[in-house]
Amino acid sequence: MRSAPPIDAFTLRRRPPQEKLVDIGFRQLTLVLAASVGIVLLAIFLTVFSGAREAMATFGLKFLTTSAWDPVNEEYGALIAIYGTLVTAILSLLIAVPIGLGTAIFITEDLLPRRLRDLIGLLVELLAAIPSVVLGLWAIFVMEPAIRPFLSLLHTTLGWTPFFATEPQGPGTAPAILILVVMVLPIITAISRDALNQVPIELRQGAYGVGTTRWGAIFNVILPAAVSSIMGGVMLSLGRAMGETMAVTMIIGNSLNFSVSLLAPGNTISSMLANQFGEADGIQVSALMYAAVVLMILTFVVNVLAQWTVRRLSLRY
Amino acid sequence: MSYLTPPTTSQFTQRLTLHYDPALKRNRFNQIANAIAAFFAALAVVPLFLVLIYVLIQGGRLLSLRLLTELPPAPGLEGGGIGNAILGTIVVTLIASLIAIPVGVGGGVYLSEYAQDGWFSKFVRFGNDVLAGVPSIICGVFIYSLIVTTRIFFDQSFSAMAGGIALSVLMLPTVIKTTYEGLLLVPQEMRMGAYGVGASRFVTITQITLPAAFTPIATGVVLGIARAAGETAPLIFTALFSPFWPEGLFNPIATMSVLIFNFAIMPYEAQNELAWAASFVLVIMILGANLLARWISNASRS
Repeated sequence: MRSAPPIDAFTLRRRPPQEKLVDIGFRQLTLVLAASVGIVLLAIFLTVFSGAREAMATFGLKFLTTSAWDPVNEEYGALIAIYGTLVTAILSLLIAVPIGLGTAIFITEDLLPRRLRDLIGLLVELLAAIPSVVLGLWAIFVMEPAIRPFLSLLHTTLGWTPFFATEPQGPGTAPAILILVVMVLPIITAISRDALNQVPIELRQGAYGVGTTRWGAIFNVILPAAVSSIMGGVMLSLGRAMGETMAVTMIIGNSLNFSVSLLAPGNTISSMLANQFGEADGIQVSALMYAAVVLMILTFVVNVLAQWTVRRLSLRY
Repeated sequence: MSYLTPPTTSQFTQRLTLHYDPALKRNRFNQIANAIAAFFAALAVVPLFLVLIYVLIQGGRLLSLRLLTELPPAPGLEGGGIGNAILGTIVVTLIASLIAIPVGVGGGVYLSEYAQDGWFSKFVRFGNDVLAGVPSIICGVFIYSLIVTTRIFFDQSFSAMAGGIALSVLMLPTVIKTTYEGLLLVPQEMRMGAYGVGASRFVTITQITLPAAFTPIATGVVLGIARAAGETAPLIFTALFSPFWPEGLFNPIATMSVLIFNFAIMPYEAQNELAWAASFVLVIMILGANLLARWISNASRS
């Protein structure tokens, strides 16, 4: 008969050194991999900043307020691109936010059977998956010819305002705004939908319990409770819209002449980069890098504000 | 009405019908608001259908074996295909995945399994969100300055490798975030159980925790790959374009997204048609990947 193993066999098993080594090595490896995010981010900032140094020294802050873009005389100013970036991003959000929020309410607030709601949600998510370059192709050949009569109508009726003062002729700022609407709509819808779904059921029940209508509850209880996440989502989409490149580049016209009119061809920082960076040399590269710095700072500020909004205004009820 | 005096019964029973009265102001407002919300939801879905219909019709009618296996024609000529671009998209996306998935999963493991809630993990998570918000064109500018102009790969400037690395920078935040969030969902008891039977930390993570979080991680990774495959901006001045078959990892390479961009703005009908055809192939691949991701996450739930 075998005797029971001595207690030592259980208690004295030391972890073999290679096991410890693997453990420590793995931990250090993952640490390095996690740190790589910070390293990449820093590298991006440093690379773009150092590339822009020459232009920053030459043009200074005047770069932001002048609109000359003249490779022959080496005069550069990014006003057209900065104006275009801000105008397209902000106007597209003004259109997309009500539509996205309305859609989110429509698919969260019991207006439809669940299956139908999920289907609409899925369709909006699939819209987000379509590559921006495909949307750009569609915008060139389908959307822009289709909306041109409407833009012409805008020009004839509102042509006395500077914003519609030019005749629409193909690519321009207005079609770029519309394609941006299509691109940010899914983001706003998805984030608003999550925000609305997270409002506790007690709040809805309480609101309905005191006899409010559905929209009374939505406007007075549910939306105020979800407002911080929705605002965060809106800011995030603003960052996206400012950085969006391909679809806008293909439809905005890439003009180097400043025009306030939305119907005229315009430019954005990202489309200027997409168009010129590959062929530029000398100080033009540096000027483009300077524009990239401006874009990076804009998106950085907006993204940090987005995170701050979500944390600061987080649900108060 | 004062709050101090209790209401009399008559105040409760005055206009007292419990029946739904559509003429009431509040109910009319309700109806209008319902209609507006429905209209907005319809507006949100319409672009998807319009884009899909055009891509399917314009691109689908060109679909043939020739399209998938031949090289694009020279400007002005007819016929040809997008075979090199399909192959190129696969190559570049593969390079990006081979870099971003190990790095991202490793980083996510550190954040969820090792990191204390100190400044470092806060910084990495914040940095990850910032990196996710960096415009994709900036990734292109970054890799262009870092790799293309310095010619660090065998003195080659534009290369498939540079394009793949640019895409991996774009994928990385998605992979880290989904890994981190997926691992947080794994119940603490599973880790405790593994330690209890004597498993080391390494074994616990690789054999227990990561497999338990497979579904959310795989879903996120597939979505990240699908997004990277459609990206154009980081590729136009890193991978560039090539009218030929791929010539190794250190030469310029054609991709479908850059082909669409280049051919859409060309004044030739044949090129425009190839742009539609490439959109068709790309959209089918990406929507397929999205449905696959959805299927992965649904299959595990039921």
